[in-house]
Amino acid sequence: MSGTTDISWMIGGPQGTGVDSSATLFARAMTVAGYWVYGKREYHSNIKGKHSYFQVRVKDVPVHSNTDPVHILSTFEHSTAEIHADEVVPDGAFIYDPRVTDPADLPLPSGVTKFPIEFGKIIEEIAEETGSNPVKLGIMKNTVAVAASAALLGVEIDSIEEALKGIFTGKKAKLVDLNMKAAEKAYAAIKPQAGFGDFVYKLEKPSNPPKSKSRLLVNGATATGLGKVKAGCRYQTYYSITPAVDECIYLEQHPEFGIVVFQCEDELSAINMAIGAATTGIRSSTSTSGPGFCLMSEGIGWAGINEVPMVVFNYQRGGPSTGLPTRNEQGELLFAIHAGHGDYPKIVMAPGDMHECFEDAFNAFNFAERYQTPVIVLPDKALANNTQSIEPFEEASLKVDRGQIEGVDPNYKEGDLEAGIQQFPRFKITDSGISPRVLPGTPGKIFWTTGDEHTEFGHITEKPEIRIPMHEKRMKKLDLAAKEIPQDLQYKLFGSEQADLTMVAWGSTKGAILDAMDVLKKEHNITINFLQIRMMSPFPSEGVGAILKKAKKVACIESNLSGQLAQLVRMRTSFEIPHQILKYTGRPISETEIVASALDVVKKDEKKVVLTYGR
Amino acid sequence: MAVKTLESPLKAAKYKSDLTSDWCPGCGDFGIVNGIQQALAELALPPWETYLFSGVGCSGKTPHYIQVYGSHTLHGRVLPYSLGAKMANPHLTVLAVGGDGDGYGIGSGHFVHAGRRNVDMTYIVFNNEVYGLTKGQASPTLEKGMQPKSLALPHISQAINPLALALACGYTFIARSYAYDPKHLKATIQAAVNHRGMALIDVLQPCPTYNDIHTKEFYAEKLEKEGNEIPRVYYIEETGYDGVVKNSNDVQEVNEKRMNAFNAMYKLEDQVALGTFYKIELDTYDELLGKNLPQLKDAAPIDLKYHDDQMNPTTDLSSALAEIQV
Repeated sequence: MSGTTDISWMIGGPQGTGVDSSATLFARAMTVAGYWVYGKREYHSNIKGKHSYFQVRVKDVPVHSNTDPVHILSTFEHSTAEIHADEVVPDGAFIYDPRVTDPADLPLPSGVTKFPIEFGKIIEEIAEETGSNPVKLGIMKNTVAVAASAALLGVEIDSIEEALKGIFTGKKAKLVDLNMKAAEKAYAAIKPQAGFGDFVYKLEKPSNPPKSKSRLLVNGATATGLGKVKAGCRYQTYYSITPAVDECIYLEQHPEFGIVVFQCEDELSAINMAIGAATTGIRSSTSTSGPGFCLMSEGIGWAGINEVPMVVFNYQRGGPSTGLPTRNEQGELLFAIHAGHGDYPKIVMAPGDMHECFEDAFNAFNFAERYQTPVIVLPDKALANNTQSIEPFEEASLKVDRGQIEGVDPNYKEGDLEAGIQQFPRFKITDSGISPRVLPGTPGKIFWTTGDEHTEFGHITEKPEIRIPMHEKRMKKLDLAAKEIPQDLQYKLFGSEQADLTMVAWGSTKGAILDAMDVLKKEHNITINFLQIRMMSPFPSEGVGAILKKAKKVACIESNLSGQLAQLVRMRTSFEIPHQILKYTGRPISETEIVASALDVVKKDEKKVVLTYGR
Repeated sequence: MAVKTLESPLKAAKYKSDLTSDWCPGCGDFGIVNGIQQALAELALPPWETYLFSGVGCSGKTPHYIQVYGSHTLHGRVLPYSLGAKMANPHLTVLAVGGDGDGYGIGSGHFVHAGRRNVDMTYIVFNNEVYGLTKGQASPTLEKGMQPKSLALPHISQAINPLALALACGYTFIARSYAYDPKHLKATIQAAVNHRGMALIDVLQPCPTYNDIHTKEFYAEKLEKEGNEIPRVYYIEETGYDGVVKNSNDVQEVNEKRMNAFNAMYKLEDQVALGTFYKIELDTYDELLGKNLPQLKDAAPIDLKYHDDQMNPTTDLSSALAEIQV
């Protein structure tokens, strides 16, 4: 059977009508069938009514990004048809409800095959067969839309059933049968239609299907949550904000892990409660997004001067101010590395995919404790909300590192208190910059902390002769971190050393670049290598500088207006990246856009390419 | 969560740090520091299991003068720090101190919400009606029409009533004391620490430098009532007032005590009442948490292990991974 191995499917609808659920079902069914998926979720800052959509790419090999063209547009209401009709490829398919949509009114390319499905009739039939209320079954239009698409792609209905079983578990298991009725009717309605046999984007059977249950279908918020659980995080504060709240809800939904997830009155409370908790020695974190992160910066400074190990996840979204609250942006890099007034060390890292979300969440707590300083992790909205099928997380090699903690003094005798309580030099000046900690509750020892500059015991001082070594001691820890943290956690070079173009990027654009590298090689014979920067502070100046100086041509790709990573690279390496590929529409960068913009840079020597695709 | 006490209690002097305070001579803060040290000694609390937090301002320096774990946090944020520490490690005795500007002004949002949670801790507010460290601006408790010498013009905003605010927010122990009444202050701090839940003590604290109205002399004045001499400051319990709820399940009693407390807090008089205006025993935050999170039924978050001796992480993710395995 001839066919394709790479398709892009889209479903949409007013928010609150089950768009997410149907995309989850589709992605799960395709994964069950042995394919790999990557799904992009787009939604408004609205609860019900405004347009949202989900685009899922399906391939027979691992896939890390979306492409722009849509092969199947699956709709069950009119707005999605109107908004996305012109994105369908000329030989693609359009599934629609003839009761609400007339394809003649739409800007569909002329070759698109149209598949009318009587969604309402299917729901009414099931209601009658099962004696149910048809209004309550309305949500199953999603299942019909998914199943019709699967039928068109030539995917067996068993995969839909298996996926439904994975989604509806426990008390909801009875919904599997009901939804299967909808799926069967959708298959039956699609197959006899004109054009079904000629549809060119039928999926070829995967050549090397992975074993059942051998992969994860996950988004970045969940991957991060799991990384925190594995790290032993016991205390997580938050104030509700998009998109960070998804991770917090995930943790709340798993009380079995024993993490106190605390919803605060504001972000001032969220950061400072997390720090207060961290001073007791517990592993503590907070998760927020741009506006909340702004409010947190004073607290992060307190953790910095008091050398409190704690973790902040800042899920970036479109700024400034409320900006584009539900859309993607990488606009907080320079703010994050400079958050808070004054000089103090902070470790700032940016994960680029699901595995790195998990890995960075785990490592963040280790780094926080080893270097006794706040760690800021910068995912972005695309990472948080996009779904991907991946290999399992690497857990076997993980080790917990709690840094230098002193226990009870061997000479301490209970009852011998008249001799006095030992004041512990928590901020002892050391060569490495690291001072051993004791934790509250350690018999016989106490110390103080203060937001003021302080002595080794934590008392306020304004003496220059203490200020100088104390200030320097704290900052030194960054040099140590730069030396000790493994290189591949700081930056990674993908592809060969010699390339026509070196792409520099961070965060969620990683996937699109990796996918585009293959396309540029195969279809355009252009060699790309990709320098992913993961550690923003301390910045790997030497390694990054060396790679860039050797590069033939360099472009920095970012989802922001001002090229913040390029600015940081220049600040830290003196290397001015000559080409910029930027997108600030709030929509993630696709493989299609990377391919096109790389051609613009390589062939036309464009200095600045601004990307705009996406609704 | 039960708090440990020392087998052989320490003298109050052992709760003094070796630092000399830099407050103005005659500052009410001295009385409060003394009261805290005395109370900690009588409660026989291990210094290393006692954690005293402060905000920013003159009162913010308090922890540095007391020989227990001390944390001088940010302006207005003393409650979040204290709550975080107590929730993470309920074995610690947690106290918070701060000024009226710190607690009822810049930190007022936290003050409100701390009342909703009934975390088992004590919050002592040094109430002198001015921002001392920045040279005497009006604080949220300065009454309308007042003009201490540090103000250029009479104050035209209304004062908040911290006790009534605490009652509205759900604090389960609400008291007022006075910086220069060492016996009452010490006893009130002890009672607040012993109370299971969120306790507030609003302490009237003369600022000799900027508040020339509510001075030490003002509180020591004798007043005249129907030909008799009466003290400015009196103890509310001595008038027969009882703000302690005996049965927290008795809706009628709770309601009655709450309304009585509200009346007492707003009573218009030239005298100043000290005492416990309201007290009720309710489930504390960590007790309720134990009902939601099975691992915390009999353990504190800080007690839960997450790695073995070789530092391998021990948390088993398999149940959560099963949900996303395909």
